[in-house]
Amino acid sequence: MSNTNRRDFLGMSFAAVAAVGGAASLVGMKQAWDPLPSVLAAGYTTIDIAKADLKPGTPKTFKWRGKPIFLLEMTKEMVDEANSAGLPKDYHLNIGDKTYTLVIGLCTHLGCIPAWQKTKWKCACHGGEFNASGKQIFGPPPKPYVVPPFSLKGTVVKLGETGPESKAMMAARA
Amino acid sequence: MALINESFFSAEGLEKRLAGKKFWKVMMTEYWIPKDINFLWALGVVLATTFSILIVSGIFLLMYYKPDTALAFDSVNYTIMQEVSYGWLFRHMHGVAASVVFLIIYIHMFTGIYYGSYKKGREMIWISGMLLFVTFSAEGFSGYMLPWGQMSYWAAAVITNLFAGGSLEAWGLVEWIRGGFAVGDATLTRFFMLHVFLIPLVIIGVIVLHFYTLRIPHVNNQTSEDIDYDAEAEKYLAGNKKESKVIPFWPVFLSKDFAVLGLFFIFYFYLVFFNYDFAMDPVNFDPANAMVTPAHIYPEWYFLWSYETLRGPFFDMFGMKAMDIGLMIFGLAQVIFVVFPFLDRDPDVLPAHKRPKFFIWFWIMIVDLLVLSVYGKLPPTGANAWVGFAATGMFLLLWVSLPFITKSDAKARGAL
Repeated sequence: MSNTNRRDFLGMSFAAVAAVGGAASLVGMKQAWDPLPSVLAAGYTTIDIAKADLKPGTPKTFKWRGKPIFLLEMTKEMVDEANSAGLPKDYHLNIGDKTYTLVIGLCTHLGCIPAWQKTKWKCACHGGEFNASGKQIFGPPPKPYVVPPFSLKGTVVKLGETGPESKAMMAARA
Repeated sequence: MALINESFFSAEGLEKRLAGKKFWKVMMTEYWIPKDINFLWALGVVLATTFSILIVSGIFLLMYYKPDTALAFDSVNYTIMQEVSYGWLFRHMHGVAASVVFLIIYIHMFTGIYYGSYKKGREMIWISGMLLFVTFSAEGFSGYMLPWGQMSYWAAAVITNLFAGGSLEAWGLVEWIRGGFAVGDATLTRFFMLHVFLIPLVIIGVIVLHFYTLRIPHVNNQTSEDIDYDAEAEKYLAGNKKESKVIPFWPVFLSKDFAVLGLFFIFYFYLVFFNYDFAMDPVNFDPANAMVTPAHIYPEWYFLWSYETLRGPFFDMFGMKAMDIGLMIFGLAQVIFVVFPFLDRDPDVLPAHKRPKFFIWFWIMIVDLLVLSVYGKLPPTGANAWVGFAATGMFLLLWVSLPFITKSDAKARGAL
């Protein structure tokens, strides 16, 4: 470093200070845009399926983290169809002898809310379709409806907390 | 510095300190514009003026608008529209100008493409112009969110979801952009900041850059003739105004610009007063509702062509998911125009009617963009999906063929 003069030294020390300061402010700016603690804390919703007043074959919509959750008690025909399509048992939520589809009600394409039409969900945005099991059957959606993280106690579903049932359902759709 | 003895409080003293006359000369009276141009050359000034209208009308909206999910919808649709004197006028001026500015941008852009005003020294003009297109798009998108109606909400939901990488549950970029699990209050407020401060600041900077990139190579002309500006300017200054091929920007060129500007204002205010509906989607007069997607959503007209390339591929191909192909083409559509100067392999600067194959390419591209725009608004079902697919394919094909077509024109002319 024989030709390092005082001006080079000053330049390099400024560069070092600026790099550390710049990196630290980027961290701060990034975190200022993170969701607030109050937003994160409000991320849990409970549904008692026994008291949800479900009609087989007609889904109900719940709200969790600002997103719709579709809960559908499947009719016998729907279960038969899923079985003949070779879907594993854990594709659905099984409580007692009843079978439910429990999914985040957002099209896996770009997140619009598909509407229920008798036997399937149809998305208005780009024409994607999902069957009663929540599997994509037409259009751009690349994968089935996503299963939300939830835990199950009896008939009470707590959304936002990962339990073994939701893990199994996620695995069945992976 | 030579010390200045003239008083600060005199015209002469001020001139000594700021050299305003020299500045005015360089920027105005001796900034040379070719004579051989038409009304399309006036659209730059029209755009600058429309941007000023957007700023002024925006300032008046800003004084009553409330960037809060509980208040935003009413602050626009009740306070501004019904209580504030002429609030309706400022809103309609803002909305219509936001739409019309894209119409002029597109015409301005395709004028450049037609006359080859993007190459051989003019690349920076083109690139800074495309940068303006991108920043104006971001400005349009962020502003569309502010009235907090159904279209605002769902446009925000769909576009931010582009950053989710196909995952709706993973903690990641999309939640960071939104500041929450879903589009919400934090999203509205930060996009408000972007719309009224950061993006306009960037736009103003890029407009200055755009003007600057234009100053040295000068604007193109109708025959793309290579003008010796120094020689022609000398003729003009010597009094041979008839023989000279150039005119000064001020007052000669701008006088014609102002005439075009007058016509534009008549058209624009006709829309503002009698036909503002096209910029005010009825669906957006329903307050935002995270639980109901409107039956049919679509972007504003100026985004329709690129939106259609997103949904054009509706089935899996080449071992790739339909969605990923759409995303790739959509991403390509956003940036491909930037590299236009480098895809054009013709060494000559000529208007399109002197480049037979490129001339055909140009008009097919215009028609294809129009088809994409029309079908971008129609529901993506049945035959519509196939037309969208074909037009998206054509869009790709046009870009792939551009280097070959321009090269072949050059060969036929003997330039290569």
